Amino acid sequence: MQLSREELLRAYRSMCTIRQFEERVHAEFATGDIPGFVHLYAGEEASAVGVCMNLTERDSIASTHRGHGHCIAKGCDVAGMMAEIYGRKSGLCAGKGGSMHIADLDRGMLGANGIVGGGAPLACGAALTAKTLKTGAVAVAFGGDGASNQGTTAEAMNLASVWRLPVVFVLEDNGYAESTASAWSIGGDPLVRAEGFGIPGVRVDGHDFFAVHAAAGEAIARARDGGGPGFLHLKLARYFGHFEGDGMTYRAPDEVAKLRAERDCLKLFRRRVGEAQLLDDAALDAIEAEVAAEIEDATRRAKAAPMPSPADLLTDVYVSY
Amino acid sequence: MAGLRALVMPKMGLAMTEGMVAAWRKAPGEPVAAGEEVADIETSKITAGYESPAAGSLRRQVVKPGVMVPVGTLIGVIADGTADDAEIDAFIAAQHAAFVPAAEAASAPAPARVATEIGPIQVLEAGPEDAPPLVLIHGFGGDLNNWLFLQPLLAARFHTFAIDLPGHGGSTKTLPGGNFAALARAVAAFLRARGIGPAHLVGHSLGGAVALMLAPESLSLSLISPAGLGPEINMDYIGGFIAARRAREMQAVLAMLFADPALIGRDMVEGVLRYKRLDGVAAALQAIAAANFANGRQNTSLRATLAAIRVPTLVAWGEADRIIPAAHADALSPSVRVVRFPETGHMAHMERAADLARHIIGIADA
Amino acid sequence: MARKSFRQAVNEAIRQEMARDPRVIVMGEDIAGGMGAPGEDDAWGGPLGVTKGLMPQFGRERVLDTPITESGFIGAAAGAALTGLRPVADLMFVDFMGVCFDQIFNQAAKFKYMFGGKARTPLVIRTMYGAGFRAASQHSQCLYPLFTHVPGLKVVIPSSPYEAKGLMIEAIRDDDPVIFFEHKMLYDVEDEVPDEPYTLPFGEANLTREGDDATIVAFGRMVMLANEAADQLGAQGISCTVIDPRTTSPLDIETILEEVRATGRLVVVDEASPRCNMASDIAAQVAERAFEALKAPIRRVSPPHTPVPFSPALEDLYLPDVEKIISAVRAVMAAGGRKAA
Repeated sequence: MQLSREELLRAYRSMCTIRQFEERVHAEFATGDIPGFVHLYAGEEASAVGVCMNLTERDSIASTHRGHGHCIAKGCDVAGMMAEIYGRKSGLCAGKGGSMHIADLDRGMLGANGIVGGGAPLACGAALTAKTLKTGAVAVAFGGDGASNQGTTAEAMNLASVWRLPVVFVLEDNGYAESTASAWSIGGDPLVRAEGFGIPGVRVDGHDFFAVHAAAGEAIARARDGGGPGFLHLKLARYFGHFEGDGMTYRAPDEVAKLRAERDCLKLFRRRVGEAQLLDDAALDAIEAEVAAEIEDATRRAKAAPMPSPADLLTDVYVSY
Repeated sequence: MAGLRALVMPKMGLAMTEGMVAAWRKAPGEPVAAGEEVADIETSKITAGYESPAAGSLRRQVVKPGVMVPVGTLIGVIADGTADDAEIDAFIAAQHAAFVPAAEAASAPAPARVATEIGPIQVLEAGPEDAPPLVLIHGFGGDLNNWLFLQPLLAARFHTFAIDLPGHGGSTKTLPGGNFAALARAVAAFLRARGIGPAHLVGHSLGGAVALMLAPESLSLSLISPAGLGPEINMDYIGGFIAARRAREMQAVLAMLFADPALIGRDMVEGVLRYKRLDGVAAALQAIAAANFANGRQNTSLRATLAAIRVPTLVAWGEADRIIPAAHADALSPSVRVVRFPETGHMAHMERAADLARHIIGIADA
Repeated sequence: MARKSFRQAVNEAIRQEMARDPRVIVMGEDIAGGMGAPGEDDAWGGPLGVTKGLMPQFGRERVLDTPITESGFIGAAAGAALTGLRPVADLMFVDFMGVCFDQIFNQAAKFKYMFGGKARTPLVIRTMYGAGFRAASQHSQCLYPLFTHVPGLKVVIPSSPYEAKGLMIEAIRDDDPVIFFEHKMLYDVEDEVPDEPYTLPFGEANLTREGDDATIVAFGRMVMLANEAADQLGAQGISCTVIDPRTTSPLDIETILEEVRATGRLVVVDEASPRCNMASDIAAQVAERAFEALKAPIRRVSPPHTPVPFSPALEDLYLPDVEKIISAVRAVMAAGGRKAA
């Protein structure tokens, strides 16, 4: 599928936003100002953006504990996200969710998820809504290599298959479930697992935005047309630890540096559009500068924003009680 | 055994299968006039007086207060004074031997739903089909069960139809409108659908106003504490009835209906709460209240209508009515027969069923 | 109005809400039954026939048989609720929550709070509970205290067919996740149930008996036993109030406190295992807020802290019954040590 200049600019802006957002959270977390713990998506941007470029606001995604990238790719407000991570009342979830639970239902973002494997059944539910109400929407379930071994993922894939749901399962295999290598933890081949459920799957280089975009586009279009679920196995990498503070002693000493140098999805994107003379460096540099300003603004506003008030402790548990 | 009369547990209401003597009003040996109350009978719905079917003295209390017995069970013996104890013992033994409890509820007639142009209307029929028709129209928040004492008494003479107004009981909860005229159109729609020509109309409270609107097509009119004859209306009752959710709140509201609130049984309260929980009821009650009782007053006067009608008309009122004051029966046209019941509240048809039945039959025969 | 069984009452409630609102769907294992099999469609209508007839009326699109995949379909129900449907999911036996609890208590229960109040999750999970069915340890538990423990869930335990219909319609129309407990021993109990739809509010206890001497709080099937105990005690001159809270979350503790203040004596009958159950919760709240009104120590009537046994001889021993309730009430009547001076 040929992408327009506007789409390419949008894709780059989205990936850049994720990268800079995560780099900034990484830096700010080190100061101790950010409560709790965060799981950063830097390095995996081509997945979130390559998939979500194929979606509209009425489509839904279920995300993971490493959800910032999915949020940004699905259109969540960056300032609201940053404020949420800081636990502020102005956050997207009013400071009640934090990094692991950012959601924006108006944009079809059904939530990051603190439970590994928690999102796949929910995505089936969103797909069931679309199918029952005949809205033409699709749902995407993002999950990591850790989640791929959870029973919920297998149950969701089987259910999607027997109900023929418009849902696409995206396995973001970044090589590590916490500290445990996916090369060890995944028995057999995820593609064969999908095939076993009768779900067509494809393995894609998750660093390559264009490959992800094309493969996801095909699966999403098929699901939207009533062709049932699809599966993507994306091989990619995260640049930071499982959580901030993870010393990553389980990785090879030069592993991340080498990935950043050779397999960085942003660099690959720039090289590709430059070689094809689709976008020039000036346009891409301008986007980077704009994004930097946006992240700076979001961070400054988040730090200055008020905390929730004591009364907020007791609200929003129920619609009515 | 001439002169001996059995007092049996009465069937007060078509669905009643059992009851108890709440209290004896007469001591053994005490003289009793025909029609005088000898006992209070309590069902799970309500407590009511039991009128002696004959004159004499209460010779024996067979059933103790507080014991639940099936309808038809011998509860006491009235005698004219000539019978001796042995005769009475033999009489009681014979009564007991002959008693067969009615098959439980099997014989109770069931209400039916009649399709009309404004939706289904529920009706409970009783009485001979070839007798003159008589239609019973309940009040605000009521239903056909309000006639449980009166209807069986009238069914001896009339083909009775106790209906549920729209928004009430088992009828459609969609109102054709909340004012008297709209509700009267609904009753007229029922009469057409059921093929009932001119009928004797008996209406209570709101249903009295509705009956009055239908007077031109009626054979006679009996209005019990009717709405429409003055501006006063107890809005603590109307508002409280709409608002009450729990049994105790509702009990306190329903207590306003009766001169003696102790008459209200647990099942009556529960029945009203169950009705109020039905889809559409809250909106219907609010619409009726808004249409007729806005600003805390009755906003439609039917006094001129009442003065103009030609059919025999009875207005009956409890002097202790706390919902609509009995003074609304003052200064009516001389052609209207007015009956006032002492120590009676808003529910003369439940509190004074036997007396009221005689008056209704009287006006129908006039 | 007609007499209907508890089973018919639940069926009628779901049927009427499905007819009223196209967003209401039902799903579960064998909820219609016979999916993909060569024999009859709607073969089961749920394992005990509660949803029989819904599929022929509303079609497979709204009456969804699922594979045996509790995490999958309970999670899908949660996701569908979050995105615009009003699913009624059947978790067959509540004991099976062990394989899908995450989707209930970490997902559905918390969407609204975690997402800053923006989510609505109009999900009903129907489930069978309770002992007396000779179904042994993995098909007989109550477990409603576990759901009551989780903020964000509402927990409904109807005690009769009338209650079941009104509470089920309320549950389907409610915008929060509701766990709806159906005692398997109640399915054939009959009661007057209006044909028309109606709702019973959550968090409003029902007084099934009113008395002066002792207050009995009971849940679900235990309400029937408590009523029977109260009637027997009444004939012996001890008059009891029986409270059916209807829902354990929200819990109408105010009514319980009011009645305890009136009688001064409290017995709580709870079929759930005795540690951290509803009886202990209510006992704690009453001790905290109405201690001065108590004329006797609170008594709890619950099973022993064991799994539900299989052998009828043991299961009958395990369950609370009318005799145990009566003896608990007699005990609080006899304990007069704290009578007001």
